[in-house]
Amino acid sequence: MPCTEADIRKLRVGDTVTLQDTLFGIRDATQIHMFDRGRRTRFDLNGHAVIHTAPNVRKVEPTGTNQAGYEAVCIGTTTSDRMERFTRPLMEREGVRIIIGKGGLRDDSARAFQELGGCYLAVIGGAAALETTWITAIEDVDLDDLNPESLWRFAIRDFGPLIVGMDAHGGSLYRDVQSSVEARRAAVLAKLGA
Amino acid sequence: MSVISAPDKLRVTPDAIEEAAKLLYIRALKILPDDIKQGFFRLDSTETDGLAKSVLATMIENIAVAERTENLLCQDTGIPIFNVQIGRDVEVDGWALKQAIARGTERATREHPLRSSVVHPITRVNAHTSCGAHVPVIHIDFVETPRTLRLEMIPKGSGSENGSFLQMLIPADGLSGVKRFVVDAAIKAGGKVCPPTILGVGVGGTSDLCVHLAKVAATRPLGSVCADAEGAKLEVELSEAVNSLGIGPQGLGGDSTAFAVHVEVAATHITMNPVAVNVQCHSARRASATFTPEGVEVGF
Repeated sequence: MPCTEADIRKLRVGDTVTLQDTLFGIRDATQIHMFDRGRRTRFDLNGHAVIHTAPNVRKVEPTGTNQAGYEAVCIGTTTSDRMERFTRPLMEREGVRIIIGKGGLRDDSARAFQELGGCYLAVIGGAAALETTWITAIEDVDLDDLNPESLWRFAIRDFGPLIVGMDAHGGSLYRDVQSSVEARRAAVLAKLGA
Repeated sequence: MSVISAPDKLRVTPDAIEEAAKLLYIRALKILPDDIKQGFFRLDSTETDGLAKSVLATMIENIAVAERTENLLCQDTGIPIFNVQIGRDVEVDGWALKQAIARGTERATREHPLRSSVVHPITRVNAHTSCGAHVPVIHIDFVETPRTLRLEMIPKGSGSENGSFLQMLIPADGLSGVKRFVVDAAIKAGGKVCPPTILGVGVGGTSDLCVHLAKVAATRPLGSVCADAEGAKLEVELSEAVNSLGIGPQGLGGDSTAFAVHVEVAATHITMNPVAVNVQCHSARRASATFTPEGVEVGF
């Protein structure tokens, strides 16, 4: 990371991806402050991936390679659905290309990914102990007053494999599963006598 | 009238409660109970979808990594919930017990350290203590077991707790209305609640009791069965129904949507038919400490 629009457009739903180098952590409050309350970040997110998270951290003395003064205790992924309305502003204003989360995003995000060249990568929610082993350091932090919902910059190595849940061609694994579930609903209810 | 303090009472000091509360919060976040581990292997043996099988494998790997690295299973430290069962021959200062549980929770958060996942509901300010008004959530029950005090700790993550639903149905909606509500709640929750889940269903009672029962059902160990025969029947039917929907682990499709559906029932009013759903995610964490005259035993 970072990556280009062309890189993203090569990906299709169901592909698996492993990321290297840099990843930014965001959450509800991070985006409420960035987009509803007009705060700006000093980080350059252009072409980068963000993950829906709020980590468990331990405060340590800042050093040259650890300006944040935090080390990871446990970092995992939260439910993306609550942050649906921030996909487009993240991409348009900050240039974000990849959103990593769990549970999927909805149609507005699918359209933004298609129009602007972005994708959603699914990480296995709840598997945070494993995910933490893919993060080598917390390099920096911005909007620190929102801790743990700050904007985190993580150094990563072999982060994944992640599943392409939504691609830049309008594809969505979540929408496909949802349609299939809706189609099964009537038969399931009939069997229950409901 | 005189009050006699009998010598054969169990006394547990607030300090012991505080230590146990601290230990249980951290332990619950790190070690998954055996019934849940076995639940994963059972689901994996019947799962037919390839992607779902790889998702289950990652979850199983995570349990091993958490134990090996002594790390938290999930970053969501949850809302801390304590269920306290007080035997009939236990002498306890209830107020001191509540304070001790809160102190233990705060110490776990500061000393481990853990992420405080608790904020003021209006200002959204995080005190970084995992505590606040009415939190930790504490449920106290008095039980017949003599000279036994049991503390059960459940950290409840928000992904699954946000999949809670209550509907005050009416008698004319019948049992079919209840079943329909549960199926639709599972569909609405989809992959957001970190399936495979334990789907807790409360049937009957008042609105508050119904929601509480759904939570009790969601946090009951796998393999346990509803004490009410009709409720037990409903558990089997709903479990099969929910797992026929194809939501799958993480909502990415598959057979393994729920480890089980658990039902708890309460008597209700002639004009009422309440139903509630509460979801427990796949990281179905809990830990317990049981105080007896012989000492304290820590388990699940």
